[in-house]
Amino acid sequence: MTANSSPFLSASSLDKTFVLHAQGGQQLAVMRGLSLSLAPGECLVLAGRSGIGKSTLLKMVNGNYRVSGGRLTLHFDDGALELSDLPAQAWHRLRRDVIGYVSQFLRVVPRVSAREVVMEPLLARGCDTHDAHQRAETLLARLNLPERLWALAPGTFSGGEQQRVNIARGFIAEHPLLLLDEPTASLDSANRDVVVELIQEAKARGTAMLGIFHDEEVRTRVADRLLPLEGHMLGGTEMPASSAMPVSSESSSATTPSHKESLQ
Amino acid sequence: MKRPQLKRPALLDARNITRLYGPNQGCQDIDFTLHQGEVLGIVGESGSGKSTLLRVLSGLEAPDEGQVIYHSTQQASAAAGSATENLDLYAIGEARRRALLRMEWGLVHQNPRDGLRLGVSAGANVGERLMALGQRHYGDLRAAGQDWMERVELDPRRIDDAPRTFSGGMQQRLQIARTLVTQPRLVFMDEPTGGLDVSVQARLLDMLRTLTRELGLSVILVTHDLAVARLLAHRLMVMRQGRVVEAGLTDQILDDPQHPYTQLLVSSVLTP
Repeated sequence: MTANSSPFLSASSLDKTFVLHAQGGQQLAVMRGLSLSLAPGECLVLAGRSGIGKSTLLKMVNGNYRVSGGRLTLHFDDGALELSDLPAQAWHRLRRDVIGYVSQFLRVVPRVSAREVVMEPLLARGCDTHDAHQRAETLLARLNLPERLWALAPGTFSGGEQQRVNIARGFIAEHPLLLLDEPTASLDSANRDVVVELIQEAKARGTAMLGIFHDEEVRTRVADRLLPLEGHMLGGTEMPASSAMPVSSESSSATTPSHKESLQ
Repeated sequence: MKRPQLKRPALLDARNITRLYGPNQGCQDIDFTLHQGEVLGIVGESGSGKSTLLRVLSGLEAPDEGQVIYHSTQQASAAAGSATENLDLYAIGEARRRALLRMEWGLVHQNPRDGLRLGVSAGANVGERLMALGQRHYGDLRAAGQDWMERVELDPRRIDDAPRTFSGGMQQRLQIARTLVTQPRLVFMDEPTGGLDVSVQARLLDMLRTLTRELGLSVILVTHDLAVARLLAHRLMVMRQGRVVEAGLTDQILDDPQHPYTQLLVSSVLTP
């Protein structure tokens, strides 16, 4: 860690509990007392066994999950911004300008081309369409997405192709804080190398990154520090947090097989 | 890096609005602020009061109690400049309210037949709101008609055809063109993708996303479809039996719902 650099993101004693009303108000504590500090230009990698709930932390920082206890703070030059009680209308702009999120799955917007999906974060900031277009194509080319796919909607793409669209969309706007949820999971080694390069370039321009990487080799190459979650994450293999969010793409992919089976 | 400016000016305030037709029929104690450039989704099942609320907010029906305050930046007089003026929607009088609806607001009905004049040409439908603002030049009106037909992906060569010869999806796009041609600041939409085929719905959703971004529109959107809400709305209010049971960031309402009813609603959605 760069000792002379003050943190951009800090968490202190974070708790997360889901209350499941359909199960008689059962309380499900998934995180207790997690603290962290992340400096600009640093990549902190969440470590812990699969299913421990590493994505939960990223979703709290991105505002998808509420913070049940503790503090989650962004530190700007002119003051701190507390995220745990941020009004809903502030998140939209915070995500546009500060927090970028590369999720594991692309939430496909029907009919929108891959190129436009990638351009959107820049257009949302009012960037020139021509510039956004060029930057999107540069990134898609770097990530080796075949040019014939750029004008097509990613709905029909393979997992790896969708993920590259998602990565391009996540990196294009150069947010000062990036949340990376397994960006290399379904990529071949050449494209993994491109993602590692993108992460290193982001570090060089001072981006603070919080990431999940299952790939040991990628983790070693990008991580400045590891944040062990054991002891803070109470979720085990039975954690049904995902069952509380069926609209998310994760669970939609989980329901697809059974749906297909019922059709046969 | 400096703290980003996260506060946005308020555009519309709903203050303790109640409009009841009977016990739990209608809406009760609705209180919220819509900010500039925000898309607010109102979700809930049939009979939850969301359409009643939209009628009250959009000036179609006076509430039993409460106020709708619109922060207008349209200059009231030359001397007033562009200062904000707070208009109490149901206290400003019928004429002023109608003018507001015509000039600064837009309303997209679920059924395009309610928002279009089916017997007159597509071009006349688009031009009508401009004419109400005083534009009379035929060539300009026709050019605006063609331009907006293209923007909503309708064939501009059909400008002289009556909307009754259009499909439902085309009629809905024409209604949107007719509404947006005057560049309103605030648009109310009641289930805009409601009666449409899924393929047509996707196309319309993409178009609405692009238009709201490009025009910097503020939108209040009523829908029972959570997937539509996820794609279009920044913030959600969940209604049940006339009351708001939960409100917040769209992703948070859908991924981490707090209220028992919202949890039920979210977990009842079928995902193909």
